[in-house]
Amino acid sequence: MDVLLDGLIDAIGLLLSGDQDSWSIIMLTLRVSLTATAIALLIGLPLGAALALARFPGRRIVLAAANTGMGMPPVVVGLFVTVLLWRSGPLGGLGLLYTPTAMVIAQAAIATPIVVALVAAALQQVDPDFRVQMQALGATSIRAFAALLGEARLPLLAGAMAAFGAVVSEVGAAQMVGGNLAGQTRVLTTAAVLATSRGQFSLAIAFGMILLLIAFAVNLSLTLMQQRRTVLR
Amino acid sequence: MSNPSAEKSLILATTTSTQDSGLLDELLPAFTRDSGWQVKALAVGSGQAIELGRRGEADVLLVHSPAAEAKFVAEGSAGSRRLVMHNDFVLIGPRADPATIRGTKSVEAMKKIAAARAAFISRGDESGTHAKEKDLWSKAAVTPGGSWYQSTGQGMGETLRIASEKAAYTMSDRATYLTQRGTLALEVLSEGDPGLLNIYHVIEMTKKAGDRVQPDGAKAFADWIVSPPAQRLIGAFGGAKFGQPLFTPDAGADEAKLGQ
Repeated sequence: MDVLLDGLIDAIGLLLSGDQDSWSIIMLTLRVSLTATAIALLIGLPLGAALALARFPGRRIVLAAANTGMGMPPVVVGLFVTVLLWRSGPLGGLGLLYTPTAMVIAQAAIATPIVVALVAAALQQVDPDFRVQMQALGATSIRAFAALLGEARLPLLAGAMAAFGAVVSEVGAAQMVGGNLAGQTRVLTTAAVLATSRGQFSLAIAFGMILLLIAFAVNLSLTLMQQRRTVLR
Repeated sequence: MSNPSAEKSLILATTTSTQDSGLLDELLPAFTRDSGWQVKALAVGSGQAIELGRRGEADVLLVHSPAAEAKFVAEGSAGSRRLVMHNDFVLIGPRADPATIRGTKSVEAMKKIAAARAAFISRGDESGTHAKEKDLWSKAAVTPGGSWYQSTGQGMGETLRIASEKAAYTMSDRATYLTQRGTLALEVLSEGDPGLLNIYHVIEMTKKAGDRVQPDGAKAFADWIVSPPAQRLIGAFGGAKFGQPLFTPDAGADEAKLGQ
């Protein structure tokens, strides 16, 4: 139990001390995970919407693939991205391996299928008559689509939260493509793994608690956004 | 193509022991200050470090698996290989010592552990430490296996902890054991014979391993780590905290005479 208590005290200490190292780890964690989530939303929203609304051959196979992708082990994604970004790999000339950019790429790849699958599921739940009604009211298809997204915003924001939760907490890909370099690619999860392997358990717990705090803060803001209009009604 | 800030950045592939002990935190800032080179240090097992070198994914290696290193250098894609430092491996286990290896020589200790079928935790990750452990089993004419022999596939820190929780024997480099001793229910039971030396070399990679290898960065690092200032840092590291230095600097020494 001592370790947990010490971890809590260490976590508060790290946050209050303004210690340069832990703040740079916290900021990088936020920057990488939020960027990756944003990219996943940019790619995943239109793809998920197309899967929900359009009808084309092979649609169900793509849906099944997206659902499978939701459970893709981050370490496998990390391995793929590593091999692509290796000096000897097809994208090696970009020199991206062991940089935050590589971590964003890997995490966006992890989060995109989650967004696609959840958006597709969310939009399929909207009453099919809704679009017909919108069109009957004379809405352009873009306006109708925007209204549809508005109607499905609860599950859509849930998708964003699931994507963020998946990337902020994963360690396999972050370790593999980032290399856990001090001051460059060290994030809360990889810092916690390193502290554990060094036997610094309370420090590791402290990183874990800060991670939980960050995840909670981000999800709280998304939840407030999600619930605002619902509550007003 | 390459961005300017990355121009003086090199990749060092090394072992978990240099990172987990904190040695890299001491050495790398000093090297960057002295040379202007930024270092991306990947802490992996010696086996993986050598594989990264072989593929031209790392510029310089700091590893401790002499037999594998010699074989690797003979392949021809590596440049010079120089002696940097050593510490030693120790056989550790629970205080109760069910196989009564306390004070015995390492090979004898391995025979007794196998004969007693006492729990032994191996790293099993092709690291330098794992290579040394396999070497000891083969000298003891034992093929380890069965339920008493367990393989973690993880780094030294995790493996020590698993051994501690399971009250099992294991083998560790002294540096990692000392840095974690406070959290472990394990003691050094067999130590000090010359067969347990843990010798680190620095290996420079060349363009033969890949077009993007940076031989000048590799040479800068290798030259620096065997230079007197770096060797002094290595010799002093850990003395204040653990009451004994964790590594012995060896640059320029005769490898055959180490530990005598």
